[in-house]
Amino acid sequence: MDRDEAFERFSDCAIKVLGVTKDQVKPEASFAGDLDADSLDLVELIMALEDEFSITVPESELEGVDTIGKAFDLVYGKLG
Amino acid sequence: MGIVNGKQLVITGVLNTASIAYRVAELALDEGASVILTGFGRGLSITRRAAAKLAGDIRVVELDASSTASVETAAAEIAAIWDHVDGVVHAIGYAPPSCLDQDMLSAPWEDVATAVQVSAYSLAELARGFKPLMEAAGSSSLVGLDFDATVAWPGYNWMGVAKAAFESLSRYLARELGPINARVNLVSAGPIRTIAAKSIDAFRTFQDEWPRRAPLGWDPLDATAVAKAVLCLTSDYFPMTTGEVIHVDGGYHAMGA
Ligand SMILES: NC(=O)c1ccc[n+]([C@@H]2O[C@H](COP(=O)([O-])OP(=O)(O)OC[C@H]3O[C@@H](n4cnc5c(N)ncnc54)[C@H](O)[C@@H]3O)[C@@H](O)[C@H]2O)c1
Repeated sequence: MDRDEAFERFSDCAIKVLGVTKDQVKPEASFAGDLDADSLDLVELIMALEDEFSITVPESELEGVDTIGKAFDLVYGKLG
Repeated sequence: MGIVNGKQLVITGVLNTASIAYRVAELALDEGASVILTGFGRGLSITRRAAAKLAGDIRVVELDASSTASVETAAAEIAAIWDHVDGVVHAIGYAPPSCLDQDMLSAPWEDVATAVQVSAYSLAELARGFKPLMEAAGSSSLVGLDFDATVAWPGYNWMGVAKAAFESLSRYLARELGPINARVNLVSAGPIRTIAAKSIDAFRTFQDEWPRRAPLGWDPLDATAVAKAVLCLTSDYFPMTTGEVIHVDGGYHAMGA
């Protein structure tokens, strides 16, 4: 899957789970600062992404993931 | 045949797949049990996602352990599905930020009260709510998850005080529920890297120290050993054990240094 298509699907998940708008889902957007999302929201987002992309993201890899860009890179890195 | 084959177990405390209770649920299903999970508040939708990752179609019931009414509603919902419950797993803990890592003396009573209510008193809430269903099983088990409260840990603070109450309460409940043939025991676990654990800064220090001091070593990313002990206590293999705390910590608690 190419990066743009993956980001599109990632973005749809983020909109649904975090209740944000499409233009808010930018790589530099921070979960806490810009999207008003806390650690539980992030956990839920990652679980939704696991379902969307049929991947597994261990909880331990979420440390330090504080922006949309970092979350996307983590997920994209798991795709075959 | 599995160690909990045919048992009907209510498992609280699955937040996500890192939760100790998730590993308990996974193994319980492998070992032949039927499982109902409970979830709480904002975490409920996450619990439902975690449940979907387990084998089979697992029901999730809402249960806020700090509300008698919510526990009663949950028990009624479960009573509509099962005529008895063989085991209830308590995997619930919460303390407000002022109760952890900060100066002990600066935590206000309201916050301490929340920690004690959610993390200790909730065991009594579950016992009261599920007593009729446990009694109907003829023989049953209530198991809680403990962190050794006989000593003072860095940063664990008021949560440690709540766990001391939890340990004491489990003995009183063992006394009171004995006549209906219900056992009450705790598993005192070593550190496991869950969401609850990550909310405690000082957790890192004992997480790193643990594998060095525990004679059997310790892996904070694997809750399997803890889950196995929980299942043993819900099985028929500890029929005369109640009011007990079983350590699953690699042996850490027994070492002087
Ligand atoms: N992680 C450890 O190192 C460790 C060690 C020993 C004991 N424990 C104990 O294990 C238990 C489970 O914690 P965990 O480490 O798996 O973390 P976790 O964050 O995965 O689980 C904590 C659970 O408590 C639930 N909870 C909080 N408030 C609640 C309420 N009012 N009503 C119902 N549920 C509520 C949460 O929904 C969550 O599922 C806790 O009692 C914890 O103290 C944990």
